[in-house]
Formats: sequence, structure tokens, C-alpha cells
Amino acid sequence: MEKFTAHTGRAVPLRRSNVDTDQIIPAHWLKKVTRNGFEDGLFEAWRKDPEFVLNRPERQGASVLVAGPEFGTGSSREHAVWALQNYGFKAVISSRFADIFRGNSLKNGLLTVILPQETVERLQELVEADPAAEITVDLEARQVRAEGVTADFELDENVRWRLLNGLDDISLTLQHEDDIAAYEAARPSFKPRTLPVA
Amino acid sequence: MGRTLAEKVWDDHVVRRADGEPDLLFIDLHLLHEVTSPQAFDGLRLAGRKVRRTDLTIATEDHNTPTLDIDKPIADPVSRTQLETLRRNAEEFGVRIHSLGDVEQGVVHVVGPQLGLTQPGTTVVCGDSHTSTHGAFGALAFGIGTSQVEHVLATQTLPLAPFRTMAITVEGELPEGVTAKDLILAIIARIGTGGGQGYVLEYRGSAIRNLSMEARMTICNMSIEAGARAGMIAPDETTFAYLKGRPHAPQGADWDAAVEYWRTLATDEDAVFDHEVYIDATELTPFVTWGTNPGQGAPLGSSVPDPASFADPSERTAAENALKYMGLTAGTPLREVPVDAVFVGSCTNGRIEDLRAAAAILEGRKVADGVRMLVVPGSVRVALQAVEEGLDKVFTAAGAEWRHAGCSMCLGMNPDQLAPGERCASTSNRNFEGRQGKGGRTHLVSPQVAAATAVLGHLAAPADLNDRTFVEA
Repeated sequence: MEKFTAHTGRAVPLRRSNVDTDQIIPAHWLKKVTRNGFEDGLFEAWRKDPEFVLNRPERQGASVLVAGPEFGTGSSREHAVWALQNYGFKAVISSRFADIFRGNSLKNGLLTVILPQETVERLQELVEADPAAEITVDLEARQVRAEGVTADFELDENVRWRLLNGLDDISLTLQHEDDIAAYEAARPSFKPRTLPVA
Repeated sequence: MGRTLAEKVWDDHVVRRADGEPDLLFIDLHLLHEVTSPQAFDGLRLAGRKVRRTDLTIATEDHNTPTLDIDKPIADPVSRTQLETLRRNAEEFGVRIHSLGDVEQGVVHVVGPQLGLTQPGTTVVCGDSHTSTHGAFGALAFGIGTSQVEHVLATQTLPLAPFRTMAITVEGELPEGVTAKDLILAIIARIGTGGGQGYVLEYRGSAIRNLSMEARMTICNMSIEAGARAGMIAPDETTFAYLKGRPHAPQGADWDAAVEYWRTLATDEDAVFDHEVYIDATELTPFVTWGTNPGQGAPLGSSVPDPASFADPSERTAAENALKYMGLTAGTPLREVPVDAVFVGSCTNGRIEDLRAAAAILEGRKVADGVRMLVVPGSVRVALQAVEEGLDKVFTAAGAEWRHAGCSMCLGMNPDQLAPGERCASTSNRNFEGRQGKGGRTHLVSPQVAAATAVLGHLAAPADLNDRTFVEA
């Protein structure tokens, strides 16, 4: 995973609540067996409308998504995170994220930042009024900054440490292989097994 | 202080606990399917890692599989590649797989329980949000992303953030014609699509205890639609009776030891939940969705709501967008909404009880002219049981299509899709825009409402059917 320390970029305001992962990346895109090439599927249905915010010329090259509440509900598809990253987003700001989407984003280095709804709306108003306005998402300082807005955000310290250092979860867990083996040795015999085939 | 069911199962799976770190939990059962696993196996291959516990891992093909002509090569080359990739990965890494055509093939959340692999007090994960289904057995079961799939394959563990607990207590008897699906749709409408966020839900109370395992699975399945981490029901005699004798259920002394352990799992009387919700089962009626998220539902006897009636501005906008997408006008009685298609199936309602319920209503009746009805069993075993009971003949005699097992029109990854603008009464779990096909419109319903809707051609409950709907022999 790439390190995330801080990012500054222009933003896309997405004024919709309950943006589910089927909207972020529709199911027919999930047939791909790679982690890349999902950028054209991002918000595919909505992008058919030329007026959709992502299609506006002033939003090209934007890298921060400022979304409505309950972003990323529904399917566990990590493809939703890959699609946002493939498109060029580095961070998503919302007042509420669905749990699985949030977990997936942080495992891939897409920083999902939770801010109060009124702060999210101020950021949306700011970038709607001035499409060139930049937003800084600073993980080291745990702060979002834009013109007239300075907002601290919370993030689990362990998650933050992994993101700042770009650490691989599996390697970290395998440092505790002895603990796993000890747990396995003590498991009761009645626990289910898939093999041999019964 | 006492502990809840979820806390007990969690505590029994902690491999490592350290200050400032998430608990590392052992995973008892890892279910795989073709859509969310290929990139995980790629990751293992790149790092030179193996699957740590092939004996706790099982794969099935479901999302992409066709429900017609399954003996012929899969027409869509991309779907075919994805299924072939799973088969190759299973072979290379030594993972048990049930492919299309195999008697144990089916929707992953139907297959696990019917094999007896889903057991009380276990941790179950799958790269699929509807893994919450398995919580019906008192398992702590949740959907994970592909990075976590790779993590479980490599380590059989997951580092997990702590959760909060919510009790959803449902007391009283469900009225005639009101099902587990109506109950869970009403719960989601009540607490909202984000109401369960960060929580493990425990469904309890007399109405829950009286449910069959199939019905409990329907409830737990849709916990994710309320945003919950997981949904659980304490194991009891109904659970044990369902499990006994299944291929992977414990046997002999192991069975006795297992049941003794399972009996200790119920939430202690002095345990405290972080949040509690009470529902009176006797007040419920058949429930359907009118919008584009599962929280946008209402009793079938009501009307399409007026967006202006929502106090919250973001809910109001969401309702406006939903009515526009759904092609509905505020104030229209839901019973007057005509449908083009009916889908019975999915991990929510594709089990034998669901097919029996739909068939009982269709017996001697016909699907309305102009309505296309698909019946897709959740697994090959369910299909075989249905055939043995003659249900397939009931469906085809009524004019419905009887298909092979898979996820099918729940998410339209295979050819079973709605055309743009088509409206469907569906027993599945998500009414998102385009979920069942680009531009398709979905109303989530119970199998009983689906069958009655198929007969009348508009959203309807079985009580709306009268003798005139019977076809003369």
C-alpha cells in the first residue's frame, strides 16, 4: 500500500445521500479479475448525464470527493474503492460511511474522512462557488483545510500509523504467527471443517 | 456484568489482544465465490503465500452463473474467465470448490448452512456483504472486502475494530400472511440504512424464537441493509434440530460437546446492550419498498409517500430522486403499482421454505398476462428438494420460469436482468438503482407478496386473491 501523509487537490461535490457501491461501480464491472481498469465504470449510470458533476469540465483532475451521508452502503465490493482510486481520487469526505466500504478504503490507502454534516456542506458550498478551490487532507495533523474551513478529524491511531507508513496488514499479522498457531492448537474438535468432503 | 451473544463469540476467537491495536480474531469458516476472490489469490501468488487453512475454506460459483443452458459453455466470455479463474485458483491452492453443475453448487449463503458448516459460536466471513445471513445460527458472520479475503486466506485471522451491540426485540405473534421479510423490511425502515452502523444486531423476543431457521436467515441476511456489522440470533432447539445430521455437523461425542457449548452462548440476563429497539409483531402488515434504498419501504396498504413529508432535507432529496427513478407519483396506493416482472430467489429468499410459500399461492393460479416470473432456487439441493415436492411443476403450470440455482436477477451479473424501465417485485435484498439491470426498478417483497403480485399483475398480498383467480382445470 502507498503511504498517505497529506494530499491537496481540487474537489468534486456530490450532493447525494446513500450512494451505494452499486452506483459507485455497477455489478457488470465486477467480472474483471484485476485491481485496475475500473475508472470508466465509476458512477457509470450517472455519468451518462452530461450535467453530472463528474462530467463538468471544471471538475476534471479533481482528487477529493466531498460526498453526502451514508456513502458506500450495500455490497462489500472492494472494486468501489479501486474505481475511485483508478479515477484519481485520493480522499473522500462524508459525515457517514458504511462500515465495509470504510474498511476497504483504508486498506487501500484511499483516505475516508468523517466530518460533521455541516462542515461537509460548507466544503461543498465552497467548491461549488469556486471550482478551483483546493482542499487539503492532512493525515499527519488529522486536519482538513480549505479556504475558511479548518476541521480536525478522528481516525483510529493504529489505522493512521499503517496509512502513514504504507504498511501491509498481512505482514504485520504474520509477525504473530505463534499466537495463531497456539490458538489453533487449542480449538475444540467439534468446530466445522470443509475437508475432507463429507 | 454479563455478556451478550456477540461478545461471547468475539471473546472466544481472540488470538491476540494488545493495547492500541485491534483484536486479532480467528476465523472458523471462510466462504469464497468468483467475484471477490481473484485479486486476493493474485496477492497470495505475488507474495509467495499459501492458503493457511484449506480445511476451513470452501468456494462456490454463484454470482456469474447462468440459470439456463448450464450444460453449455458460458456465453459471456468475461463471466467465463472469472469462473475459470476461481477454478484455477482453487486447484492451485487446494481449496474445495463446488462449480456449476455440481450437486452442492449454489448461492454461497445457502450452501454453507445446508452443508452444516455454519454453526453456532463460529466466526464466518466471505467477500460478500450478505454473509450476515449466517448470524441466524448464532455465528458472528460478516462481509469483508478483497484485501481482507487475502488476509484470511494467508493467516486465517482478521484484525477487527470493536463493535457496539444493539438488541432488536420483537414480541408477539406475526399476523397471518406477515413473514420474516416483512419484519426485516419494517425494521430497516424504522432504524434506517445507517441505523445499524458500527453495531452487531441481536434479534430476540418471542416472534424471533418462533421463526424457522430459513426465516431467521432472511432476517439476518438483511442486517447489512441497515448498515450493521452483523446480525445474530441466539441458537436454540430450532437451530440444533436444523443442524443435526447435516454433512458437516458434529457427530457422536463431538455433537454433545458442541451442543453443550452452544447452550452457553445466549446473552446473559444481566448483559447490557448499547442500544435497544422494540417492535410489536402484532402490528406488522406486508411491507414493500417504494424507493431506491432498502430503508425506503412502507406497508403494502399505504401509498407512495410525498417527499415533502420528510423533515430531514437529505431524506427529502433522496425520496424525490427515488420517485423520479422509480417512475412513481406521490399518493399512488402501492397496491395500484403494476409490475412487469417477478423474481423469487436470492440468498434472502431462495430457500425451500420460500419456494413452498410462493408455490402454495401459485397452485391453481396463473401469472398475469404480460408479467414474466422467474423462480431461481438458492442452490442445487434446494432445486432438487423442490422438484421432489413437485413445486417446479406448480411454477411452470402457472406460467413462471423455473431456473437453475444462482444469484441471478438479484444483481444481474448473469443474463437474468431487467430491461430499462421494467418494474419488478423481487424477493431479493437491494432495490438500488440499476441493481437488477440498467434502468430496472425494484420493489423488495416477501415470497408470498411476490406470488400474489405475479397473479394480479400489481403489488398485492395473498389476502387480495380471491377464488376468481383460480384457473378452471
